[in-house]
Amino acid sequence: MIIGLDVGGTHADIVLLGPDGVRARAKVDTDPDDLGVTLLEALDRVLHATEPSAVRRVVLSTTLTTNAVVGAGLAPVGMLVCAGPGVDPELYRTGEHYAVVQGAIDHRGREITPLDPAQIDACAERFAAAGIRYVGVVGKFSTRNPSHELGIAECIAERFERVFTGHRVSGQLNFPRRIATTHLAASVYPLHRNFYEAIAEALRTRGVSAPVHLLKADGGTLSLAASLDTPAETVLSGPAASVMGAIPVAPADEDVVVLDIGGTTTEIALLSGGSPLLEPLGITIGNTRTLIRALLSRSIGVGGDSEVRGVEGKISIGPRRLGAPLARGGPALTPTDALIALGESERGDPAVAAAGVAELAAALGCEPEMAARAVIDHACRRIMAAIDALVDKVNGAHVDTIHELLDGHRIRPARILVLGGPAESLAPHLARRSQLPVDLVPDSGVANAIGAAMARPTDALSLIADTEQGWVSCSGSDRQWRCDRGYRREQALEQARALLFERLGPEAGTPELEVVEDLEFNIVRGFSTVGRNIRLTLQVKPGLLEPFTPQHIRSMAC
Amino acid sequence: MLSARHQTGLVLFPAFDWAIEATHPEREERLLYTRDQICEEGLLDLEGVREYRPEPVSEADVQRVHFCLPGVDAVAGESHRIAAGGALTLASAWHAGEIERGFALVRPPGHHAQRVMHGGRGFCAINNEAIMIEALRQRHGIRRVAIIDTDCHHGDGTQDIYWHDPDVLFISIHQDGRTLYPGTGFMDEQGGPNAVGATVNIPLPPRTSDAGYLEIARDTVLPILEDFEPELVINSAGQDNHFADPLTDMDFSARGYAELTRLLAPDLAVLEGGYSIESALPYINMGILLAMTGLESDHVVEPYRRPSGGVQPEEITETVRRIGARTRAAWAKRAQRQAQLHAVSDECAHRTREIYYDTIDVFEQQHEAVRLCRHCGGALRIATRIGDGPQTLAVHVPLYACDDCRRTALRWFEQAPDEGFTAAFLQDRPADRYLMR
Repeated sequence: MIIGLDVGGTHADIVLLGPDGVRARAKVDTDPDDLGVTLLEALDRVLHATEPSAVRRVVLSTTLTTNAVVGAGLAPVGMLVCAGPGVDPELYRTGEHYAVVQGAIDHRGREITPLDPAQIDACAERFAAAGIRYVGVVGKFSTRNPSHELGIAECIAERFERVFTGHRVSGQLNFPRRIATTHLAASVYPLHRNFYEAIAEALRTRGVSAPVHLLKADGGTLSLAASLDTPAETVLSGPAASVMGAIPVAPADEDVVVLDIGGTTTEIALLSGGSPLLEPLGITIGNTRTLIRALLSRSIGVGGDSEVRGVEGKISIGPRRLGAPLARGGPALTPTDALIALGESERGDPAVAAAGVAELAAALGCEPEMAARAVIDHACRRIMAAIDALVDKVNGAHVDTIHELLDGHRIRPARILVLGGPAESLAPHLARRSQLPVDLVPDSGVANAIGAAMARPTDALSLIADTEQGWVSCSGSDRQWRCDRGYRREQALEQARALLFERLGPEAGTPELEVVEDLEFNIVRGFSTVGRNIRLTLQVKPGLLEPFTPQHIRSMAC
Repeated sequence: MLSARHQTGLVLFPAFDWAIEATHPEREERLLYTRDQICEEGLLDLEGVREYRPEPVSEADVQRVHFCLPGVDAVAGESHRIAAGGALTLASAWHAGEIERGFALVRPPGHHAQRVMHGGRGFCAINNEAIMIEALRQRHGIRRVAIIDTDCHHGDGTQDIYWHDPDVLFISIHQDGRTLYPGTGFMDEQGGPNAVGATVNIPLPPRTSDAGYLEIARDTVLPILEDFEPELVINSAGQDNHFADPLTDMDFSARGYAELTRLLAPDLAVLEGGYSIESALPYINMGILLAMTGLESDHVVEPYRRPSGGVQPEEITETVRRIGARTRAAWAKRAQRQAQLHAVSDECAHRTREIYYDTIDVFEQQHEAVRLCRHCGGALRIATRIGDGPQTLAVHVPLYACDDCRRTALRWFEQAPDEGFTAAFLQDRPADRYLMR
């Protein structure tokens, strides 16, 4: 038995998944101030269907941390940053407690300027005096050589409750994002730790002792214990749960668009070969660009409850949601009202919906039915345009080689999968507009919780070897080790693979690893080769846990 | 979030799977550390910076500029077409108004590629800038273009392509040809008889430093640009003037490059040479890109000692000043000199040249004739052969050719077999066609 839980801002979805399919499901209201209470209530609604001891895995997805990030209320964090040549690091200031200290590493990981322990000490003292308990330490090119970050962290460790270092957040190059991500990790840490305790406590109270995982923004899972080291990873896992829930019905040999149509927004994601596409670098939260691995998704302000207006004879939808649809007692006309007025949805008062549509029709100077159709048409057009823009963006993304440019895979969607409240009524309209088949994800109401339950652990690891200097380092780890001139790509691949499996833990089994970066260069001095620069990035793509192949799920549904 | 002051397009195409040879300066990892630095600085995330994926140029795009012999595929590979395509992709975005400026960080380079190409020379096969410019001119009616070539090597290929074109100002600032490949680009090379003065060569002495470059740009290049009134300004942004470059002897710095870019304010910059791949390129490219976007670059400083300390010797300063003054004087008299030339004769002007292809180690013999014309760039014919191989005729009709010149050129092409040419090619720009017989 697996429990999947998706805790949103207003309600929480929970499923109990057995070998033969969904055993129990429920939707409860979220108490945003007390995650524990919400969890207990949700657990009680499904645990009647099994013994708590029969649960062997719990996966939780929540947007509560996201809401906290967007709505502030985070802990103050001190940042120690060292940079070297380039853009003025002062421009990346994260807040009041931000100090640029001496020290620099270059693009090959060589030290340019050493650290100054006295300066670091003085900054740490200032932070401590200001009551700072969490600190982020970030160096430019620290993924090439983490020694400065480690040196600073060691210097200040005993003054603070927790120190986060930049090279642990990702193997990707991007100093400003590394600063932002490390800052985010440090500032959500106390909140996340409270979550951690609330989750552990709730499960203990109900006698569930199974390992607990959190869904990450990339659609993979991370053990609750490990999440304390990387608390930013589980921020914004909301869209991921729904996308994972759509995988079972997505043909593995097609490129597929997933639309999660909600009240306020529609989230768009892409699946290729049965796996969701990922953001090239990381997710953007509000205005903050991060290195947090995440599903590639776009959100547009068109949903079932979006406000519809007639402006100068034209229809305008969203991005605001003023409340429920008119037909359900809300304050403004919405696309859902248009569907109700057309008799295509029954969840609301048709007379109220018709009155709202008539008012719009008057403003537009047309018949009410035409106005209602125009609203639906407009919403569908906006969604289709956003899909096209996202596909174009993916197909136009950066490439480094002639091979990728000429022979690389281009995304060509063959199908659209829809889920979310208004999905069923909108599907036929989308199908008319798009030429592609539009399918509804079954169990669409709790597909998100099912998606969370089935998601497998994911991780990525970047390894870089510089055989002239004789060292190898890899992302997410403090370790560097020596290599000789004879070190080869094959050895690097073996080491990277072993490390990644070690990090994923035994529960993950041996999922297929994808090599996403595979480069090897000669280092030349004058006209002779003096070494090799080897770069590998391996990842476990988001996907379903081993028993849950799409075929399996389909047979369960029958 | 940090924002660019100018909407800037970037093509970053390092072609990690292409090299001339394994230890050749033009090899796979030339832009590796540059890419690393740009990615690490997060410059692609800047609000107002947009990255474009290069579209390879077509055979027709190449043939608008070059006579590739025996054919385009024999001279240019995929890497070359993508590099030229990177420049053209940005130029199209610029023309469409999507970006104010663009920087094509592409390889291989192109500025040693001349109108006739039998193979590679100076690490180049086809001319990225010329292919970009001619596509823009053909499609969008742009006429007057200025190219400022700041590569340390004389841009002899671009010079050759625009030698007879009065509507394209070509300015090359480079290390004196007596001390560096290709050994041309002297001050008396000022354009063909129909385009006198539209080629400007500014050869600088070895050890010229930031002060010299910036003074030439400010006092000589900018006033000439202003006089010429181009619709589009291109920078062939070679990065081998850097003090750490292994192939040259200049003393220019990354901050100097940023300042130079700020002064020239090109609409489009295209990378040319630059072979200090670890010590100079990452910093220069960062400096240029920051300058294009309008952001400050004061912290872009090479993290190691500069042998000269950045101080330019007095005698260099004087030499640079003298070169600037002579250049300005020649520019002022260009119309007068052209009139003198045309007064002497109204037939054809001829030149005979021998051109060395270092990549394939052969010599080309060229005999060129251009019709003297007061109305256009003039009908152009080039008889070319490799060693004592068969003679080929290449005939070029300029895009803005007058009727007489076009008729003359078409006649040359018709009569080629009678003159004993084994093959003849016609670049008929007004009709945008390329013919062979």
